[in-house]
Amino acid sequence: MPPSTTATGLPALQIDHVSRHYSMGESSIRAVDDVSLVVPAGEFLALLGSSGSGKSTLLNLMAGLDRPTAGSIVSGGRNLAELSPLELARYRRNTVGMVFQSFNLLPRMTLEENVELPLRLAEVERGERAARVQEALERVRLAKRTGHRPSELSGGEQQRTAIARALVNRPKILFADEPTGNLDSATGEAILTLLREIQSTMDMTIVMVTHERHLAERFADRLATMGDGKLLSTAATEAHASTQVTTQATTGAGQ
Amino acid sequence: MKLRDMTELAVRNLREAILRNSLTTLGVAVGVASLVAMLSLGVGLQQLASSRLAKSGLFDSIFVTPKTNLRGPGAGPPATRAAAPKARPLDEAARVEITKLPNVIEVYPQIRFFTEVRFDGKPFATMVAGMPESSKQSGAFDGMQGAFFSSPNADEAILQIEFAKELNPQTAQLIGKELVLRYAERQSLPSETGGGAQNSGGFSVVPKEKHLRIVGVVETEPASGFGGFGSGRLLIPLPVAETLRAAQVNDLRDVLRDTSSDKPAYASLTVRVKSPSLVDATEGKIKQLGFGAFSLLDASKSMRIFFSVFDLLLGIFGSLALAVATLGIINTLVMAILERRREIGVLKALGAADSDVKQLFFVEAGVMGLAGGVFGVFFGWLIGQALTLGTNIYLKRQDLPGVEISAVPWWLIVGAIGFALLVSLTAGLYPASRAAKLNPVDALRYE
Repeated sequence: MPPSTTATGLPALQIDHVSRHYSMGESSIRAVDDVSLVVPAGEFLALLGSSGSGKSTLLNLMAGLDRPTAGSIVSGGRNLAELSPLELARYRRNTVGMVFQSFNLLPRMTLEENVELPLRLAEVERGERAARVQEALERVRLAKRTGHRPSELSGGEQQRTAIARALVNRPKILFADEPTGNLDSATGEAILTLLREIQSTMDMTIVMVTHERHLAERFADRLATMGDGKLLSTAATEAHASTQVTTQATTGAGQ
Repeated sequence: MKLRDMTELAVRNLREAILRNSLTTLGVAVGVASLVAMLSLGVGLQQLASSRLAKSGLFDSIFVTPKTNLRGPGAGPPATRAAAPKARPLDEAARVEITKLPNVIEVYPQIRFFTEVRFDGKPFATMVAGMPESSKQSGAFDGMQGAFFSSPNADEAILQIEFAKELNPQTAQLIGKELVLRYAERQSLPSETGGGAQNSGGFSVVPKEKHLRIVGVVETEPASGFGGFGSGRLLIPLPVAETLRAAQVNDLRDVLRDTSSDKPAYASLTVRVKSPSLVDATEGKIKQLGFGAFSLLDASKSMRIFFSVFDLLLGIFGSLALAVATLGIINTLVMAILERRREIGVLKALGAADSDVKQLFFVEAGVMGLAGGVFGVFFGWLIGQALTLGTNIYLKRQDLPGVEISAVPWWLIVGAIGFALLVSLTAGLYPASRAAKLNPVDALRYE
């Protein structure tokens, strides 16, 4: 049974028997192997697993950066697997925001210009851009250092800039790939607190890949654990124990 | 992405790797510069040659002679000559008729005669030539001492410099002075009863004098010697020369020949048409009227062919330089892709479509090409100017007038910049499509 959905009734993401295989010469690597998962709108989901477990690959599939070998990923009524490259680019531009472990800010651009980049890609009018950039930067509490370049900022500030960049197009889903991986624990916590805040104030769905279980347990609503490309388990965190514990391991690998 | 945003981004990217991109742009500029310099040289030399030749009047002129003149007096035995239709004399009626032909600007006779000039009480022998008003545009009178004739009917003379030096080594002092032309006027004889038909074209020669004021001194006579009888050393307005009715070299020959006209006929007429392209047709029409006609058009044709080949060769060498520059652009952009894989991945993750990435690289190539083209045209112009300067210094040392050997017409500017843009866009095609095809996941993983 899928977990609860929001009032609209539609989940943010519905992943159905999704596989992603890579061929390496003769052999085939099953990075994601027959995973089914439903992410309800407004949920903060943490994808856990060791290196090579396929959690980042699954995130990329959900974020529309990659295409599944088999299965379907439905978001907003559309199957990502069937979208054209242009439609997929539009999905990344308008529906989702992306935060990376290594921030991935463009080094030669100022903080403000980095945040503005998605608005340029979305062809938002120049007049509107400044206000939107300002709004996003205020949300991550970085409104004062807009003229600085990424190299002049601390890791935490860079990640907050990246979050502002991910939010500036007002996406429905925010994907974060190890957002605290390059930060010290205090800064990492501050970032997750910020994400949690954004989730509740903007009513946003967040899918975060992490290997820091203790942080995930504190901030996420639900944990999905992966191993060898398979979804091993999903469980509501203690902080949100009210959510029903479900298991989505359809392959039988189970708990 | 909008073009303005795209261009901003591209320029920013280019600024980031300023050294490498400037060197690439410089490569394009050098390529374009060599192309422009060579073509401007070709164009300049062609303009120089054709303007001199066009001004000389050789290529828009047809030289008309009576038919008999071509055959010469001794052609064929008398019997066959009598059987042939009588050749039309090249007289005033013929001149009017030729003037009425379409596209004819002017028709003027060659009037030259050898005579004596008195200056300062001393006699000098010289060749006098009548100059049509149009010869003022020939370029030969550019930079002359003094001025051209004040009017076509002025009793004025322009001296050729060598002759002027004979009169007075300080040629500048001659201007404004007066000289006396002593010449033989040809006066038709009234028909004599005992003379017979053979003498009907006879004339008597009466010595006459004409006072002329020197208005200028010139290096050389334009079109000297062509269709005439040697260089004129004393030039007078053609209408003045015509009124003199001076006995000419060919008069005696005309008398010996079987010309029945009692009016003085012209030895030859020069017909100028509106442009060299009209020479052929007009020449044909004049021949139909029964005169001999010839022009130098063939020479001008081969000159144009020569310059076309010359331009082509120069263009090929210039293009080689540009081809090298093209490889430079491709190299720079391919390197940029390797260097900016992560950036491309980020752009794609943020929602850039393949076409956005492709256009970005395309615009970068275009900006480099455009900048290279603009600088290249400027450098090319500079090289042309330097060559002109060098040539003029060399010419000056040899006491020759300066020339403009390089010309950069507007079509060369537009063409060169357009060509540079086209070449760099083509060079950007492969790197751009490679960048667009980059898988964002791979690109983001790349460290």
